[in-house]
Order: sequence, then structure tokens, then C-alpha cells
Amino acid sequence: MMTKREFKQFLGVNALRLFIAITAMFLILFLYVIFSKGGKMVTWSFLTESPRKFMTEGGIFPAIVGTFWLTVISIAIALPLGVFTAIYMVNYAKPAWFVKAVRIAVNTLAGVPSIIYGLFGMAVFVQLLRMDVSILAGSFTLAILALPVIINASEEALRSVPHDFREASMALGATERQTILRVILPTALPNILTGTIISIGRVAGETAPILFTAATFYTRHLPNSVMDEVMALPYHIYALMTEGAHADKQVPIAYGTAVVLLALVLIVSTVAIIIRYKIRKNRKW
Amino acid sequence: MNKFKETMFKSITYVASLFTILALFGIIFSLFSEGIPILKIINFKDFLGSTAWHPTSNPPDFGILALIIGSLVVTVGALVISIPLGLGSAIYISEIAGQRTKEIIKPIIELLAGIPSVVYGLFGMAFLSPFLIKVFGIPTGLNALSASIILGIMVVPIISSMSEDALSTVPKSLREASLALGANRWETIMRVVLPAARSGVLGSIILGFGRAIGETMVVIMVAGGAAQIPSSLFEPVRPMTAAIASEMGETAFGSPHFHALFGIAVVLFFITFITNLITEFVFRKKRNQT
Repeated sequence: MMTKREFKQFLGVNALRLFIAITAMFLILFLYVIFSKGGKMVTWSFLTESPRKFMTEGGIFPAIVGTFWLTVISIAIALPLGVFTAIYMVNYAKPAWFVKAVRIAVNTLAGVPSIIYGLFGMAVFVQLLRMDVSILAGSFTLAILALPVIINASEEALRSVPHDFREASMALGATERQTILRVILPTALPNILTGTIISIGRVAGETAPILFTAATFYTRHLPNSVMDEVMALPYHIYALMTEGAHADKQVPIAYGTAVVLLALVLIVSTVAIIIRYKIRKNRKW
Repeated sequence: MNKFKETMFKSITYVASLFTILALFGIIFSLFSEGIPILKIINFKDFLGSTAWHPTSNPPDFGILALIIGSLVVTVGALVISIPLGLGSAIYISEIAGQRTKEIIKPIIELLAGIPSVVYGLFGMAFLSPFLIKVFGIPTGLNALSASIILGIMVVPIISSMSEDALSTVPKSLREASLALGANRWETIMRVVLPAARSGVLGSIILGFGRAIGETMVVIMVAGGAAQIPSSLFEPVRPMTAAIASEMGETAFGSPHFHALFGIAVVLFFITFITNLITEFVFRKKRNQT
């Protein structure tokens, strides 16, 4: 016979198990629905052809290309900015009030809703700087969104480099800059890359920031330059679900696109997890 | 020459840091400079306090109360789902699960965090909404309930991972003392560990609130889009983010409607800024204690 206290414990612990089971079942159901409905759509021609007949037929190649360029350019902008900022915060860190101001800015930026980035990008890059709706405007917008993630990851990576490394390098007569560039940064690099890869996954999946800065619903052409507007995988899903008149034909394409986007994001984050695992295993300090 | 390189390098890192501050100011400035002009057309009290949102009628109405309430309804609904699921997982992972169970549960939750919101939106529109229609016999499945469910799942990883951090900082000696006094594991969790970690847990919930209220794609696709104060969870709502995202494409640059949407963004920015500030405060206090 259980006492009242034991019974309470029994109920409580099993309630926790139930909560976890619900979460896990949702994920399984979610992945099952997406992959079972979208998986059969993903054929070679789906990946390599342009859409036809107002999105009711054909493939998603222009959207793949668009997402590729948006992601690559935005990371190319955000990565150096983020790493340099982190170097400043960790290695120079003076004056203190400025470091504090940067930290507040980073934390605030991290909490800003993505649609607000979209509005900012529209007001500043599209309108004020006259980039129009283009890959460039969208990439700048996404870069600012990725910046706080990259700064935080880089800062953490730089701080995890043992102090001895720095002191040993300085004792050998290396300058501050040489120490940072040849000792600290290379040591921290794998961890910085992990953080960057995570932000790649996030940038590739964002829709709201590119709604008014880069994305277009339908084009058969691939972009000629960074000043062109593009299709993008996440926006393509949204457009297929909310525009057009042939839901019966558009929904399956949306599922297919979701499989491609999801596979992309999952592959990217798996790579990040593997790298992180290897670093932890090989670390000798 | 070497001195020059040193100074150059330091300056580059300084300028990069400056850019972050500049970006934040740029965002604030552009929101306010495009959002404040709406107050020339409608006074502050009516903008926030009127429920009449008819931006395209003639004359237009720009009251955003129904949109604010729409946001709050789906956000609170999301928390009702994500607090038990997220906090429950965190407690289980930190206090009960063995090493192997942990290694299964944690990736599941990390996976949830990595799914793009538009894919959640697709799932909500194409699967959950027809499902709810069937189960509840309601006319539309695109409503506050389905948006709350999807948002709730999206917030689980945030609450779970941050609460778990908070629980793991509770010293082992507290647990041992409690167990030594004859309390069982459940009593120790509820009366010792959770109270000791409460500020971190609270912080995770506030952060989840901020994330849910700022989420756009799910609510634009799933919440139904009616700018009204809902009388039940089965009615459609139009949260602030959905109004901005779905209407901005059709407004002329510089029109009253355009400024009204930026005005909504200012309100949204304020809400997320304050939630951020509170989380920051909560976690700083915790850091100082340890």
C-alpha cells in the first residue's frame, strides 16, 4: 500500500513523464506529417526546375538559389562584424561603459521580433539607401538579425580560451594583435564556427525579415545580380499557402518545399552538433 | 609600423562593436520616425484604446486595441501550453532522468527549436486546423486556439532549456539536506529545488512570452486574421505581428496606414524591450547571488 506522500510522488513524476511524452509525440507527428506529405514531392526535377503555371506545377529551383544567396551573403556580412565585436568585448574591453552599451545593444537586438527587422530593412535598406527589394537589402536585414547570435557565440568561444595561451604568447614577445590573430582566434575558431552554423540554420528559415526586403512570389528567372528580387524557400511556403487560387495543387508543393527547407536546416544543425562533439572530445586543456 | 598595425586592428574591432549599437539605434529611430506620424491622424488614447481597426475604409479607423488583445490571447494561450510542457521537461531532465534518457530528450527539444516558424505555420494550416474542425465541430480551424497550440510548442524549447539551466545551478547540498530530513524526491523538487530556482524559471517564462508575442509567421498563417476581441478561443484573432506582416505589402509608402503599421511596431518593440529588461534584471540578480 502506498502512503499519501508516496502517491503524490507517483502522480507528480508521471505527470512530468506525460509532459515529455506529449512534447515528443508532437514532434514525431509533426515530422511524420511533413515528410509523409512532402517527401513524395521531392524529386530531382522538383529540385532543379522552375515553377510553372502560377506555382501549380514545376519545381522550386529559384527558391533554393535565392535562399542560398541570402544566407551566404548575410553570413558573410555578419560573421566578420560579429567576430570583431566579440574580440573587442573580450580582449580590449575598454572603456567599460562602451562595453556595457554594446552588451545592452546585443541583448536588445536578440529579443527584437523578426518582423521588426523586416520593417527596419524596408525603411533603411529598401527605401533610404535605395537598394529596392533585392538580395542585397534582404541580406543586410538578415545579417543584423544573425549578428547577436554570432557575437554571443564568438564571445563565449573567445572566453573559453585559457588565459595561459595568451600569457605564453605575450611572454614570447608577440603583440596584442598577433596574440589575438595567431593564438586566441585559431583556438576559438571551431566554437565560433559552431555558433555560425547555428545562425545559418536560423537565417535560412526566416520569413518575416525578407517579406518586404527581398522576396518575390513568382519568378521563372534566376537572379542576375544582388540587386534582383528573389524567391526563397520559407517565403515560398508562405506564398503557396496564402496566395493563389489552386489550394489543391499548391499545398502539396508547399509540403515538398517544407521538406527541402527542413532537411536543409536539420543537416546544418546536425553538422554543428557533430563539430561541437568533436571539439569537446579533442580538447586537451 | 607595428604600432600602426596594432592601432588599426584595435580600431577595426571598435568600429565593428559600434555598428551593433548603431543597428539598434537605427531600428529604434526608423520605427519611431515612421510610427509617430500616425498620432497626427489619431490621438494616442484612441490609437491604443479603440477596437476599430478599419485601415482601408473611408474614413479609416486606426484603433489597435483588438490587435493588442489578439496578441495577448494567443501569447497567454501559448504559455498555458508551454509552461507545463517546458518546465516539466526541464524538471524531469535535471532531477529525475538518468544520463541515457537525458541524451534522448535533449536533442528532441533542440530539434523543436530549430524548425523554421513558417513550417510550423504550414503544419497549423494544413494539418492542425482541419483536425480541430473535425474534433470540435467548429466552423473554422484558423483561430486563437490553433495559434496558441503551435506557438506553445515553439516556446517549449526556450522555457525548457533556460529553466534547466536555472535548476542545475541549485547546489546539490540543498537536495541532499532535504532528502536527509526525510523528504522524498517529489517533495524535494517542489519545496526545495523549484523555489531555489524560481527567478531563473520566471525569467525563462518571461523570455518565452517575449518570443511568442513577437512571432509572426505562425500567427499570420494560423490565427485567422479577424481584428476583433474574441469571445472564445475558437474565434479568429489578428495579432499585431500578423497585421503588420499581412498589410504592409498593400500600403503606400508614407500613407496613414503605413504609419499606423509602424505605430504597431513601436508598441510591439516596447513590449519586447520591457520583457527583455525584466529577464536581464532577473538573471543579473541571480548571477550576483552566486
